Amino acid sequence: MRYRIYIITLILCALVGCREEKYVLTPEEQVVGDTALVYQRDITGFYLLNEGNMGSNKATLDHYDYVTGVYTRNIYASANPSMVQELGDVGNDLQIYGSRMYGVINCSNFIEVMDVHSTRHIGTVNVPNCRYVKFSGQYGYVSSYAGPVKMDPSYEQIGYVAKFDTASLQIVATCNVGFQPEEIEIVGNRMYVANSGGYMAPNYETTVSVIDMDSFTELKRIEVAPNLHRLRADKKGNLWVSSRGDYYDIPSRLFCLDLATELVTDTVPVAVSDLCMCGDSLYVIGSEFSYVTYESTVSYTIVDVDSHTVVNEKFITDGTDALIKVPYAVSVNPQNGDVFITDAKNYVSPGKLYCFGRDGAQKWSVVTGDIPAHIAFTYEIHNNYD
Amino acid sequence: MIKRTIRVILVLGMIVCAITPSAFAMSHAEQDSLISRDISEVEVVALRRREIIAPQRLSGERLKHLSSYSVADAVRYFAGVQIKDYGGVGGLKTIDVRSMGSHHLGVFYDGLQIGNAQNGIVDLGKFSIENMEEVTLFNGQKSELLQPAKDYGTSSSVYLTTRHPSFKENDRFNISATTKCGSFGLVNGSVLYEQKITDKIALVANAEMTHATGKYTFRYHKMLEDLNGNKITAWDTTGTRQNGDIRSLRIEGGVYGTMMDGKWHLKAYFYDSERGLPRAIIRNVWTSSQSQWDKNVFVQGNMRKTLCSLSDLLVSAKYSYDYMRYFNPDTTLLYVDNTFTQQAFYFSVANVWHVTPILDFNVSADYERNWMTSDMANFAFPKRNMVLIAMAASLKTGPVSLQISALENLINDRSTRYTSQAGNFNQWRKRLTPSAFLNYQMPCSESQINIHAFFKRMFRMPTFNDLYYTDMGNVSLRPEYASQLDLGIGFATQISNVTCQLSADIYHNEVTDKIVAVPKGNSQYRWMMMNIGKVDVNGMDVKISFENNESSFVNYQLSVSYTLQEALDMTDPSDRGPHGTYRGQISYIPKHSGSAIAAISCKGWHMNYSFIYVGERYHVSANIPENYEPAWYTHDMNIGREFKLSDKLTINLSGEVNNVFDQQYDVVLNYPMPGRNYKGIIRIQI
Repeated sequence: MRYRIYIITLILCALVGCREEKYVLTPEEQVVGDTALVYQRDITGFYLLNEGNMGSNKATLDHYDYVTGVYTRNIYASANPSMVQELGDVGNDLQIYGSRMYGVINCSNFIEVMDVHSTRHIGTVNVPNCRYVKFSGQYGYVSSYAGPVKMDPSYEQIGYVAKFDTASLQIVATCNVGFQPEEIEIVGNRMYVANSGGYMAPNYETTVSVIDMDSFTELKRIEVAPNLHRLRADKKGNLWVSSRGDYYDIPSRLFCLDLATELVTDTVPVAVSDLCMCGDSLYVIGSEFSYVTYESTVSYTIVDVDSHTVVNEKFITDGTDALIKVPYAVSVNPQNGDVFITDAKNYVSPGKLYCFGRDGAQKWSVVTGDIPAHIAFTYEIHNNYD
Repeated sequence: MIKRTIRVILVLGMIVCAITPSAFAMSHAEQDSLISRDISEVEVVALRRREIIAPQRLSGERLKHLSSYSVADAVRYFAGVQIKDYGGVGGLKTIDVRSMGSHHLGVFYDGLQIGNAQNGIVDLGKFSIENMEEVTLFNGQKSELLQPAKDYGTSSSVYLTTRHPSFKENDRFNISATTKCGSFGLVNGSVLYEQKITDKIALVANAEMTHATGKYTFRYHKMLEDLNGNKITAWDTTGTRQNGDIRSLRIEGGVYGTMMDGKWHLKAYFYDSERGLPRAIIRNVWTSSQSQWDKNVFVQGNMRKTLCSLSDLLVSAKYSYDYMRYFNPDTTLLYVDNTFTQQAFYFSVANVWHVTPILDFNVSADYERNWMTSDMANFAFPKRNMVLIAMAASLKTGPVSLQISALENLINDRSTRYTSQAGNFNQWRKRLTPSAFLNYQMPCSESQINIHAFFKRMFRMPTFNDLYYTDMGNVSLRPEYASQLDLGIGFATQISNVTCQLSADIYHNEVTDKIVAVPKGNSQYRWMMMNIGKVDVNGMDVKISFENNESSFVNYQLSVSYTLQEALDMTDPSDRGPHGTYRGQISYIPKHSGSAIAAISCKGWHMNYSFIYVGERYHVSANIPENYEPAWYTHDMNIGREFKLSDKLTINLSGEVNNVFDQQYDVVLNYPMPGRNYKGIIRIQI
């Protein structure tokens, strides 16, 4: 009998064409870690932005809660059910500043501004081809590939940094830099921008732009290496710059720039995909493709910012790194020393997040969204501009 | 060097062998009456089908009245076929037969293969249905005898046969003109002219132009269950599909001729188009400004001749030139303005020896050369030489027909690769691929019952893009193999004046060394082609059709097809679990799909109704709710009337409503398909 009803419904549906509906997906919860007491100013958890493959519109946000040990996948869509097309296409950076969280959605050309507790949408900052964001005072600074176009003699499009007011979410000033700028670092009154020239291949950019924060103009450029990507300042007055190389003859490397002289003082022979500064340690993961073997060589190293040397050749100690197919991002909990490494796998299906303890042994792992890539820790107390 | 010389001698030897009829054929076979029968007239009488296993076919009136604009629309109705459609008149449309992937499909235009050495995919949306006489789909290969080696060289193939000139008695020419107008700002016009020059030679010329804005509205929405379990709309939005415009012009000309014990055919094809390329609809970006220009030119010809009662010869040749320009001026994306030019030269000799009345041998030798240039940075300027030698034996005795064939593939590439890597195909590589086709006709008087089976192992070559594309290409790629095993049954019977036909096939395919783009290094935008994929396919195709006698007052036809497919991603056994890809249904392949066509005609009126069903699918082989895509089904209708104004002049008016119930769906994620749309068609024949 039930069968007959099913068949009749099916036939009626087929005739009228009432297609099955798509639903806003509800978050998926999974207990992965231990519960823990969390004190004031403690890290309570983190958000993870999954990039989603280009064109799939599948950027998603996951959350881990240190108090309960619960990992929750895909929280943005249900927190903002009326948002047309959800978070957008290709999440490229995630930062928390004050009580707000900023997700840079590269191919959707905006920064999504959310409440850090509820992940509810607050507003957007429209910046075409936006890449990375940093904050200082009441302003946010975002790098973008899509600056002014010149036809001189061939097509050229310079990159820029846009300065936006975190209160009004309006862009208040822009400053042109090199081609295809990536990460930004702010030290004192100066802003440093890594220029990649990724669209100009094989004629990559080789410089870091230096911007004066008061006048918001480019002061100079520091010559480093081709195809620059990551920037991290340490407490010793150095700026660590990563180069992706040209993928052929010039390898990916880590460079140390002395901020007093603004000159390159050292080169560390490690390939850099992502890095994370924790105290005086720079956690570096590298995945370098070789055209000789047609395979990627993966490394997990710690560089000491004092001695400029690799002090740990492999910070994963229990051999579980063999499970990681495409290491994509690294992040370290500065309080308990947990090291998080994401695995992007084949880029089109769900990735994985691995948590390692300070001793380099795996604590837990969890399935994420597609291309898990950017982690931002949450603290118990959130004061604006602290 | 010596090896190479030997090979060259071997190849030349084969060609010579193919041309000269066998001297050692022992028995004197009967002359192949089928080939000589139609040579005295220009009108081409359809040959009795010589394939071991019957293909799926859409032809004549049935094809003409089907609500379809391009060949891609028509091919959707075949069992075992999945279409990938990016939407609109100008959107890319490719097909995937039995889940082996669109690279394993060969498309043959009037007997010769349409190549695309650059990316290996033929856009079936570019081929108009207007001048098509027949569209045929073969699983495995066309199991005919007299055919070039290339016909053995694909895992499945679509043959497009354009209208052959045919004249009524005392007529010397035919003219027909068609115009189609409708949704998406579509304006289309075509003219066909056929002229009988002598009793042995006829000429055909055909031109078609298309203009469409490609704009249509689409609706995206998602639902939500509230706390009480009520279904409410979470968000609902409509938009207009932009940048799907197309302007195209196609001009074709052909000469068909007959001669002593043979016939020949020469044709030239020219296609020129400019189209917008719509992008995926993503949050905040609904427009696109990318465009593509194409120029496709080819000249081809073939000649079939019975050399003696023992032997038939088929000689074919083709030259093609394909130009493509891709332009992306969008300032929020990487600026691209690249042109690509491909050329190909192809020559084939095929020979059949009728050794005994029941045993035939076929030897074919083909040579093809492809070369490609581009203004892209670090371009590799690849050149490819290919020699294909096919040998086939065919046995027809009583109820049993059997064909066994082997294809020897010799391939050699040259390129100026940026790295000093030589690559796999830099030296002559050879690959032997076998196939076997069997049909058993049950001795049964009232109905026809046959049992058929085939086995085929074939590969697809890595394309120029796979091997040499700047940054992404991988010169160490190997060919991607597809092995097929099929068992089927066919049944046909006559109940009063209705012909009923049923066919059912079960099959198992394995795709190994599948060429897949895999991430390399540290960013989304860096990929590399690798031979890592593996797919196992288990499937079933069923087709049922009813058709009444043509002489009846009311003519009707009904055909239904159903496909069941389990296409599992076997690539990564370590990626198990509910979110894993291992043993997940591969992307965009539904488990269930089907189609139905009903046609009725009476007193000059004709009506056609067609239905397509594509079951639920996943965008990737991780079969999780995030990647779920619900089933879609569309109903298309076509109604028309033919007016015979005089003995020569006929006018046919028809109207089409497609996607009658205005279903909103995506075939490819974030590429919305058109809702309800209309078309009016006027066809005049003199």
